[in-house]
Amino acid sequence: MSTTTTKDVARPAGPGASPVRPRRGPRALLGSRTFNFWLFTGPFLIGLLVFVYIPIGWSVWLSFFEARFTVTPEKFTGFDNYRQILRNGNFTGALVTFTVFAAFIVPTTWAVSLGLALLVNRLRFLRAFFRSVFFLPTACSYVAASLIWKMSLFNGVRFGLANTVLGWFGVENIAWLADPDPPWYWLVIVTARLWLQSGFYMILFLAALQNIPQELYEAAAIDGAKRGWQTFRYITLPQLRATSTAVILLLLVAAYQAFDEFFNLLSRTTWGRPPLVELYYTALGQNQDYGAGSAGAVLLTLLICVVTLFQGKILGFGRGEESK
Amino acid sequence: MSRAKRGGVMGSAGLYLATGVAALFFLVPFYLLVRNALSTDPQITGEEWTFFPTDLQWGNITEPFRDPTVDFGRSMVNSLVVGVLHTLGTLLVCSLAGYGLARIPYRHANKVFYAVLVTLMVPAAVTFVPSFVLVSSLGWVDSYRGLIVPGLFSGFTCFLFRQYFLGFPRELDEAARVDGLGYWGAYWRVVVPNSLNFFAAIATITFINGWNSFLWPLVIGQDPSAWTVQVALSSYMTNQTVNYHLIFMATAISILPLLLVFLFLQRWLVQGIAQTGIKG
Repeated sequence: MSTTTTKDVARPAGPGASPVRPRRGPRALLGSRTFNFWLFTGPFLIGLLVFVYIPIGWSVWLSFFEARFTVTPEKFTGFDNYRQILRNGNFTGALVTFTVFAAFIVPTTWAVSLGLALLVNRLRFLRAFFRSVFFLPTACSYVAASLIWKMSLFNGVRFGLANTVLGWFGVENIAWLADPDPPWYWLVIVTARLWLQSGFYMILFLAALQNIPQELYEAAAIDGAKRGWQTFRYITLPQLRATSTAVILLLLVAAYQAFDEFFNLLSRTTWGRPPLVELYYTALGQNQDYGAGSAGAVLLTLLICVVTLFQGKILGFGRGEESK
Repeated sequence: MSRAKRGGVMGSAGLYLATGVAALFFLVPFYLLVRNALSTDPQITGEEWTFFPTDLQWGNITEPFRDPTVDFGRSMVNSLVVGVLHTLGTLLVCSLAGYGLARIPYRHANKVFYAVLVTLMVPAAVTFVPSFVLVSSLGWVDSYRGLIVPGLFSGFTCFLFRQYFLGFPRELDEAARVDGLGYWGAYWRVVVPNSLNFFAAIATITFINGWNSFLWPLVIGQDPSAWTVQVALSSYMTNQTVNYHLIFMATAISILPLLLVFLFLQRWLVQGIAQTGIKG
């Protein structure tokens, strides 16, 4: 009973179907590879076309038109939108600020999550407990963390926890978020981000640490390497290269896409606005300038692509493979 | 020998001290959340820092649901519906495509795969302006469709499924096909039941990301009736009057479903992250 299908799999033309035109029968169609390929991938590809390709294309198209309050503009303006958004100091300022932000937050998060992984990896007791503690913030959204940070931890008034603790040492209340000078708001943002992200990347590093063959450490000990810095520098770190590269890439992209905590922590302020928040206000704010907003989105995408490729070049994607 | 041993004891004491201090820092925000959620406003804003209220205000739990300014209950329901459907939809669509790309030989499969890979270069958050434009021209603003459908087609999740299925034992699904199930039958009766661990891992991460996402629901949810819980929380921060205990209780309630996910599904979650390294 299963013979026909068996042959269908082996050759498109089964003996049961007409040998001249094998693809005509419904049975042969269901067995055909082409049909099945599109059956499996079709729904996804249609969605990808409609919700990813078309928006990107539309965005590029809009960026060359004067498109205020409309998404079907008629007036072609060439590169005017690009000129306008680049001359708009807010957006370029945001790009510069966030390149600095990325240059700071990426290595810091990398170091903290690696440090936590090294600590947890060496524990013998309570290991699962501590891993869970560091991992738990991953369950919180950026909005929830922003709320805790803004309303309680770094509340600018006397009853915020940070100001309370500083008060014990006689320090005056600090307006953490409400005053850009000195820019204390960066401390608030960086701590929130570290708290939210470190545990997640710690899990990645823990998995990678456990994949390092124990013999390497044994061999190093025989060769007289001291435990601690030497083995870390010459065995652990090189062995973690592939993971480090991936983590840094993920962190970089995440840094440029920062939105949630800035929008919530610094609402109504004009300082510390990341590119996406600028775009949000340009495109969906009072002016509804879809043209300039799209131009900004195109520029930001290009910047992220360049940074990603650049980072891949420096750290080397291929080179990570050999250490695996 | 004894010196080395003493060094070991000292070393592990230092190790546990360092880990403990780090853990304390990580727990402070949770402490503040619970403390404020179960206090009265005068206790929170009082002159002296109360470490923990002695008379816990369990009545606070119902307050966010009775608040007339923000329909918190509605936003929780929205988040739950969106989170579950988003997860199921993503799993269905992306796993099918991943299997097709990995295991069904087709002449142009590579070209199709590159078309998927290219989208990984463009971060989803950056295209929110054109996506919003598209979704609003479909008339999907303020609807579950608008919240869920555009997020289903994740190139990255599809990529992960493809990588996973490339390593899936060939004997299993080929045997099933030979037995007359065809690609479709073999997929549902053999491949999926044998991949539940991987599906669970991806499901957990997808649900967390869906529940916590903010930018897209903010853009789509113009009317408060379509707010997800994250948008509702965000609105508390810009309200004129601030009810500290209420908004902290609301935040605690909003985190609760994910804490349950963490408690009961941590195995899959950790495994999933280790295998895939995805988030947002």
